Amino acid sequence: MTPVAITMMIIAVLTIGGGFSLALWNLARHPEEDEQLPEDLPQEL
Amino acid sequence: MTNSPAGRSRAAAPARRETFSSRKLFILSAIGSAVGLGNIWRFPYIAYENGGGAFLIPYLVALLCAGIPLLFLDYSIGHRFRGSAPLSYRRLHRAAEPIGWWQVLICFVIAIYYAAIIAWAAMYTWFSVTKAWGDDAEGFFFGDFLQTADTAGVSFDFVSKVFFPMLAVWIVVIVIMVAGVNKGISRANAVFLPLLVVMFVVLVVQSLFLDGAMVGLNAFFTPDWTALQNPSVWAAAFGHIFFSLSVAFGIMVTYSSYLKRKTDLTGSGLVVAFANSGFELLAGIGVFAALGFMSVASGVAVDEVASGGIGLAFVAFPTIVSEAPFGAVLGVLFFGSLVFAGLTSLVSILEVIVAAFQDKLGWSRKGATLVVTIPIAVISLILFPTTTGIQLLDTSDAFVNQFGILACALVAIIVISAGLGSLPRLQKHLNVTSTLKVGTVWRILVGGVVPVVLGYLLINELQSKSSEQYSDYPAWFNGVFGWGMAGALIVGALLLSLIPWSEKSKLKDPEYEAFNAAAHAEGDVDNNLKEVNS
Repeated sequence: MTPVAITMMIIAVLTIGGGFSLALWNLARHPEEDEQLPEDLPQEL
Repeated sequence: MTNSPAGRSRAAAPARRETFSSRKLFILSAIGSAVGLGNIWRFPYIAYENGGGAFLIPYLVALLCAGIPLLFLDYSIGHRFRGSAPLSYRRLHRAAEPIGWWQVLICFVIAIYYAAIIAWAAMYTWFSVTKAWGDDAEGFFFGDFLQTADTAGVSFDFVSKVFFPMLAVWIVVIVIMVAGVNKGISRANAVFLPLLVVMFVVLVVQSLFLDGAMVGLNAFFTPDWTALQNPSVWAAAFGHIFFSLSVAFGIMVTYSSYLKRKTDLTGSGLVVAFANSGFELLAGIGVFAALGFMSVASGVAVDEVASGGIGLAFVAFPTIVSEAPFGAVLGVLFFGSLVFAGLTSLVSILEVIVAAFQDKLGWSRKGATLVVTIPIAVISLILFPTTTGIQLLDTSDAFVNQFGILACALVAIIVISAGLGSLPRLQKHLNVTSTLKVGTVWRILVGGVVPVVLGYLLINELQSKSSEQYSDYPAWFNGVFGWGMAGALIVGALLLSLIPWSEKSKLKDPEYEAFNAAAHAEGDVDNNLKEVNS
């Protein structure tokens, strides 16, 4: 492979892989909250 | 009457809307829907044809400026209005209901031919073991296997080698659909998606060790910077992202309606979008490594062996399987991946239709699923395992993509943004529960950039398809199954939206009323309320 092709491959992997890792990290930092179902809400709502 | 599905659901207590039991299962299902056949056989060729390594730039721009914003839009509609596509659009505004039915009918057309491709891939998984195509993969596919008729038309000469695998595909999919969102769709995705990823990673690793793999990767990643000056390259990137993410044809609206009330919509959407792109990139590496091998083995340049779609999967890949060391393993992994990628996508496509009828008629899950999926399966089994199946598939696919999905997306976005002015409302809903807040930029992208790009793509397609006969098929054939079918979807959507919602339907659902009240308490205001009530 030529250096420019290798460079583009690395950039592609890092950009998309990095985006995926950041998205996962963001989600992991905010775990699912306990479900608040509509019927659990006060009647006046 | 009590034996009818409707009767049963009326006798019982009002059934609560199913929800994904966890965010993880929703994300897996959404990725399973987005990762389909296009990721494997479309992206590598589109990227190669449109600048190679340089395509990364328009691809990322399209992902960030159109794909992800549209994904968020779908999530906000489905999650806020908690219904199938027609019900969600109806709850957004009475006049928007036909958009939902248009999306349902688009899914109907896609479902009936998608099952055929999965069946072909399933058969080729087996053929890989015996290398049944011999020395002529093309002749085998169109001749021995599909027994393709010389002229396009509608034939009822059934091909048993296609019919029975298709029947098996439909049985598997109907069983998954009957089981429901949690026991069916979630579980199927929890099994099929990891299996697909593992199989595909092994396939990529094996491809990378083939002689000539680096030649293929070199061709794939070498940038052609001049391509960036070509508007058609940018259009290809936006077009690809649009189709790849399964946005704007009801799937993500339906899936997000099954999310719990407090769910991080944008955070989940980012994971889905980047996972989909990651899989595409992986597919590009695997496919071009294999094509590099084919190029070296046959002594021709990569551009002469590179292809996409059916040609790549059922002609080029079998040739590679025949020549590569451990080719049978490569074939089983490749075609097995197509089967799993196709199944998870088909399930999501059918869910759009099942959910729509379940909501409209107020039927039980099992009843609605059987009443909807069995006729679809029958139509699919009548039209596609025949000697004219591939021509019908080719025309239906080309026209439903461009004049179904693309046109419907454009209309939906114009109605939601300029027509109803609902983007601020949906933006507020996204921000109530999501970690990544969206602002004015999101509204500009969805209401400004996306319609311009979609309009450009649609005009281009209208010009190209009206200037010459698609695939040189007879005019009547393209007229009926292309233009006619695309027009019938619009008429059908308008007619379906004229059918009144009965008392049994989910339009007036106590669960939604409570959800709606909670949303209003959190500041949601229907900006079209006066209009609806007047």
